[in-house]
Amino acid sequence: MRWTEAAALGIAAVSVWMQQNPQPPLPPAPAAPSIPEVVGPPRVQPPRFVVVVDAAHGGSDTGARTSGGILEKDITLSLSARLRSTLRAHGIEVVMTRQSDMDLLPVNRAETANRTQGAACLVIHATATGSGVHLFTSSLSPAANERFMPWQTAQSAYVTQSLKLESEIDSALAHAEIPVSLGRASVEPMDSITCPEVAVEIAPLVGGHVTEARPITDVSYQKSVVDAVTAALEQWRSDWRQ
Amino acid sequence: MISRLQKYLFFAMLVASAVMAAFLIRLRNRAEDRMQAQATAAPAAMGESAGNPTKTVTMYVPNDLDDSLTTVERNIPLPVDENAQARVLLENLMEAYRAPGSTHPMNVAAGINDVYFLAVPQGKGQEGAGDGGQMAVVDLSGALAVAQPSGIEPETLTLLSMMATLHANLPSVTEVHFLVDGQPRDTLAGHADLTRTYLASDAERRPSPTGAGR
Repeated sequence: MRWTEAAALGIAAVSVWMQQNPQPPLPPAPAAPSIPEVVGPPRVQPPRFVVVVDAAHGGSDTGARTSGGILEKDITLSLSARLRSTLRAHGIEVVMTRQSDMDLLPVNRAETANRTQGAACLVIHATATGSGVHLFTSSLSPAANERFMPWQTAQSAYVTQSLKLESEIDSALAHAEIPVSLGRASVEPMDSITCPEVAVEIAPLVGGHVTEARPITDVSYQKSVVDAVTAALEQWRSDWRQ
Repeated sequence: MISRLQKYLFFAMLVASAVMAAFLIRLRNRAEDRMQAQATAAPAAMGESAGNPTKTVTMYVPNDLDDSLTTVERNIPLPVDENAQARVLLENLMEAYRAPGSTHPMNVAAGINDVYFLAVPQGKGQEGAGDGGQMAVVDLSGALAVAQPSGIEPETLTLLSMMATLHANLPSVTEVHFLVDGQPRDTLAGHADLTRTYLASDAERRPSPTGAGR
């Protein structure tokens, strides 16, 4: 038997079987819901307010070394954990990029932040140079948000919002009488993050007219920074969608 | 059977070899330091000894405390060659970093290996449609990367001060790219990105001392 004859036989057998076993009737379609006379606005789920906290460095990437010999990666991790606790106590959901001393590539940090679709992303750094807190936003120029953004410049669509977030944190730190400096910088993975984002770099407090000299490791100094950042994010919770 | 005399002789020769090796290593290091010092001093010396005209240059010196750049004017002899000019400018900036009471202290003897210029394609630069300007490729020394205090602020200030100083005195410089010991490098000292090419105008967005910090 040739293959064409076999195929014809198969088709005939199937058609006979279908005639002998007709399809059961479809169940009656559910009745259409009655249309209410007054239609209200559609119920929109409010967007989640999640803060991404990225403790910079980790593992073999130790970062800076303070005058006391403490590594930046350890300071950023402890400061991030403290910030997470305080934010959660204020009812703010937090996602951390790392929770232990581990190697983490910049691309993985950006992936975590972008997947979370955070309302704010804070990159925590520490340095032995300068005084007070340094706030940095991406040095990219603002650009319109498009469906597909180049990985290296994805932050450009959020730069305007990042500057607003930076302004909120600046105000809160100034209110707490902590010296602040603002700047633009190009530091990985900031340019690839798709949410309003600020790098918060904590430096020792240099004694001055209104400030008392304190090292980065001073617990009360860290607490005052964390409290100020938390206050700023509480304010941001009501501002970020505007 | 090895006689006692032979043993003494052997150990004496071993000690003598070790002493000679240490002496040779020391001589080699000193010669290397001397050669590096000569190479570093060459452009500055060239500017002074060849009777080049003294010019007033503007340098942007960082201040770590308020995260600003302060303009400082100096009269220095500048060589005619543009590459040598750029190198002399940056070496003078390094001197400001090293000076006692510096607001951006960095103890580095030779921070700049060389500066090269590349033409920026037309239409890409910022100096008008007909002229794309120049990209300065600054080859930093490994010693500078080691001496650089680690942190976003100090590293960014170092790069911005170099960019602003180059752009202020050589306006054709529209872009700056940094290498370390002739090689591309991810960051200067763990933070500032060296993989990208910077626009010289980035440095102009830096606040002045009066506008920065509180």
